[in-house]
Amino acid sequence: MKQQWLAATAILAAGIGQAAAWEPNKPVEIVVPFSAGGASDQMARTIQGIIQKQQFTKQPIIVVNKPAAGGAEGMLDIQKSAGDPHKLITTSSGIFMTPMATKLALNWTDYTPVAMLAQDSFLLWVNAKSPYKSAGDLMTAAKAANPAMKIGGTSSKREDNLLVFAMEKQGGTKFAYIPYTSGGQASTQLSGGHVEATTNNPAEDLANWRGGATRPLCVFAEQKMAYTEKVADGQSWADIPTCASQGLNVSYQMLRGMFMPGKVSKEQQAFYVDLFKKVSETPEWKEYLARNALAADYRDGEAFVSFLKADEAKHEKLMTEAGFMAK
Amino acid sequence: MDDLASLIAGFQVALSWHNIGFMAVGVILGIIVGVLPGLGGPNGVAILLPLTFGMDPTSAIILLSSIYWGALFGGAITSILFNIPGEAWSVATTFDGYPMAVQGKAAEALTAAFTASFIGALSGVVLITFVAPLVAQFALKFGPAEFFAVFLLTFCSFIGMGRENRAKIIASLCIGFLLAAVGLDSISGDLRMTFGSTELMRGFDFLIVVIGLFGVSEILLTVEEGLVFKGKQARIDLMVVLRTWAGLLRYWATLLRSAVVGMWMGVTPGGAIAASFMGYGLAKRFSKHGKNFGKGEIEGVLAPETAAHAAGTSALLPMLALGIPGSATAAVLLGGLLVWGLQPGPMLFVEQKEFVWGLIASMYLGNLAGLIIVLATVPLFAAIMRIPFSFVAPVILIVCAIGAYTISNSIFDIWLMLIFGVVGYVFKKLDYPLAPMILALVLGDRAEDAFRQALLGSGGSLGIFWANGLVTTLVVLALLLLCWGPASDAIAALRGRGRSDIEPAEAAR
Repeated sequence: MKQQWLAATAILAAGIGQAAAWEPNKPVEIVVPFSAGGASDQMARTIQGIIQKQQFTKQPIIVVNKPAAGGAEGMLDIQKSAGDPHKLITTSSGIFMTPMATKLALNWTDYTPVAMLAQDSFLLWVNAKSPYKSAGDLMTAAKAANPAMKIGGTSSKREDNLLVFAMEKQGGTKFAYIPYTSGGQASTQLSGGHVEATTNNPAEDLANWRGGATRPLCVFAEQKMAYTEKVADGQSWADIPTCASQGLNVSYQMLRGMFMPGKVSKEQQAFYVDLFKKVSETPEWKEYLARNALAADYRDGEAFVSFLKADEAKHEKLMTEAGFMAK
Repeated sequence: MDDLASLIAGFQVALSWHNIGFMAVGVILGIIVGVLPGLGGPNGVAILLPLTFGMDPTSAIILLSSIYWGALFGGAITSILFNIPGEAWSVATTFDGYPMAVQGKAAEALTAAFTASFIGALSGVVLITFVAPLVAQFALKFGPAEFFAVFLLTFCSFIGMGRENRAKIIASLCIGFLLAAVGLDSISGDLRMTFGSTELMRGFDFLIVVIGLFGVSEILLTVEEGLVFKGKQARIDLMVVLRTWAGLLRYWATLLRSAVVGMWMGVTPGGAIAASFMGYGLAKRFSKHGKNFGKGEIEGVLAPETAAHAAGTSALLPMLALGIPGSATAAVLLGGLLVWGLQPGPMLFVEQKEFVWGLIASMYLGNLAGLIIVLATVPLFAAIMRIPFSFVAPVILIVCAIGAYTISNSIFDIWLMLIFGVVGYVFKKLDYPLAPMILALVLGDRAEDAFRQALLGSGGSLGIFWANGLVTTLVVLALLLLCWGPASDAIAALRGRGRSDIEPAEAAR
């Protein structure tokens, strides 16, 4: 409770006086533009735990969820906090897609990129009892299905929706895409047999895979995943074939990174770049990546910015093709 | 019996001295968090989450779930004393709790609320203990159509069971639906009715609306009655607890009904909010004292509290067994589990036996500790009612404003709270019920999502709502409840007319 007040005063104070120090002199707030319990929230809380445990800063780290309007609430908050060096925001592909889908005046170039931490994969999941053995089986069945085969995912006009659109284009068929509020909900609906498939991230379906309720068919990537430790059914993440190898030539990955508000000094940016570099080298972070089957992909500076530019162009093309751009 | 042995082992884990200490600290922190509107269970748990990173997972989850229990108990305190529900599920508690406090029976109302919470929670824990795997399987049967049917059931029972003017109930519901539609539409991914305002993008947060509609409007009404208002008399001795207890046995049917409704709603993620309203609505219809509901009837406090807590506790079950949180606070707890590397889901009961049973044992003990602590504070809280209103009112307003601001650090929300205060005042003056509006605001967009998800899947065919036994039963039950009220009113009216026809004749003779 006390921390909440502290956070409130920190925001007020930061608005009035320019903090010149390039080492934080107030609690640092990590804004998560998604709700508590989701993948972005887990990442932020893991980082919070690591920073505090390793004592990388003297100031406490606070995680604040601002999930409204598909993450736009959190992004607007960062937009408004230009010049505040005590704020960070976790980002995913949403940093391009939310402005594109809502026409809100938000742009990542107004923020300060800090570091990219990982890439998240997408898999094609089916119920454990489902007859489909490969993406090919599923696509063949989808063509014959009437009414259209149901595929579940998170939110509308976002990553999962784009993937299902790409599958439709590749396979020349139509799906009924059902948007749920979280990947966990989509996974539960899949294990209850209410949808035929989902396009969840590894972490979102991990529990049900291990519990024998769902199983992955393939990964939407050009290469197989890296983790060779057995997870369930005697299979590891690395044993899952790529969708392209099963005749479904779709690949898609999502960045996970950190941004600061705009108009911060080089020294302030450098402090956080260094901080996340240290975080990304801890054993706890590596364990977190392995547990969620995230691809380790640390980038900062120019490497991060050029990745963002390429990724934005790619999303603009996909969103336009799918007709998801706001008019 | 393997499970029973595990439970006893769980008790041994939970009963160590430092875990009992965490339990007491958690309950007290939870009460504080629950009493301050706006802070609420989810925020309280989220803020304290980092403190627990250094602990072993079992102690940490005991601490956090004790905060959860404390917040559940605490929510009832402000509802009864100031007509300000601290949590969504305490709204129904204000209907009779606050009138009781006004009549000087605050201590009875608090005792009833706490005891009912305990009974509700206990029935939820028993459910978790014995039928966890079975119930988890049942919850999987709920697809979008079934979810919609559950929400439909709640709305229909509210219209059918309400004793207010039905047209007014429906009008109030519709305003709630309208408010719920503001913000991001999760099915289309578009913004709705925000009129280009970034503040409206968040939609209307339930708590801000509730603080305004209930808390602020109540202050306006009291001010209108004149500032000479005296502090309400309240006896303040612990004996009142025992006296209230002695009277509670009479209401066993209400307690049982509410506990069953609560457990059912908690497992199907209709959740504690819907459960509390349903528990209240059903008690109002079936109780012998139904006519006194809303005027300070103790049964009207018992029913929603039992249901809410049975649901709140049962909601932890789908979280542990399936990884889907049944409530916002459960969602934060879920986040906590993940941070400690515990993956909720079907495997948790197999792989982390000690943890799961430690948690379940702590539910029994945490609730008991909670009950003892809150009952001890009854005289203290009841004494607040002795302070003259002119001193208390400004403090309540400030607490309300802080609460509204804290939810998303926005000044706009304080204005919104005041606007809803005026709306609530007008509603009360015109005799429109507030509860249906709140219900629609909380469940409206979820019901809409479920409805549209179901239709997306069926290709637009409404047949999905009677496609299997479960969904058909729910829909039929909903329609029955909807018609029950009007039908029984009509029968009563017919009988009444019949009697009045005969009476003059008898008088003439």
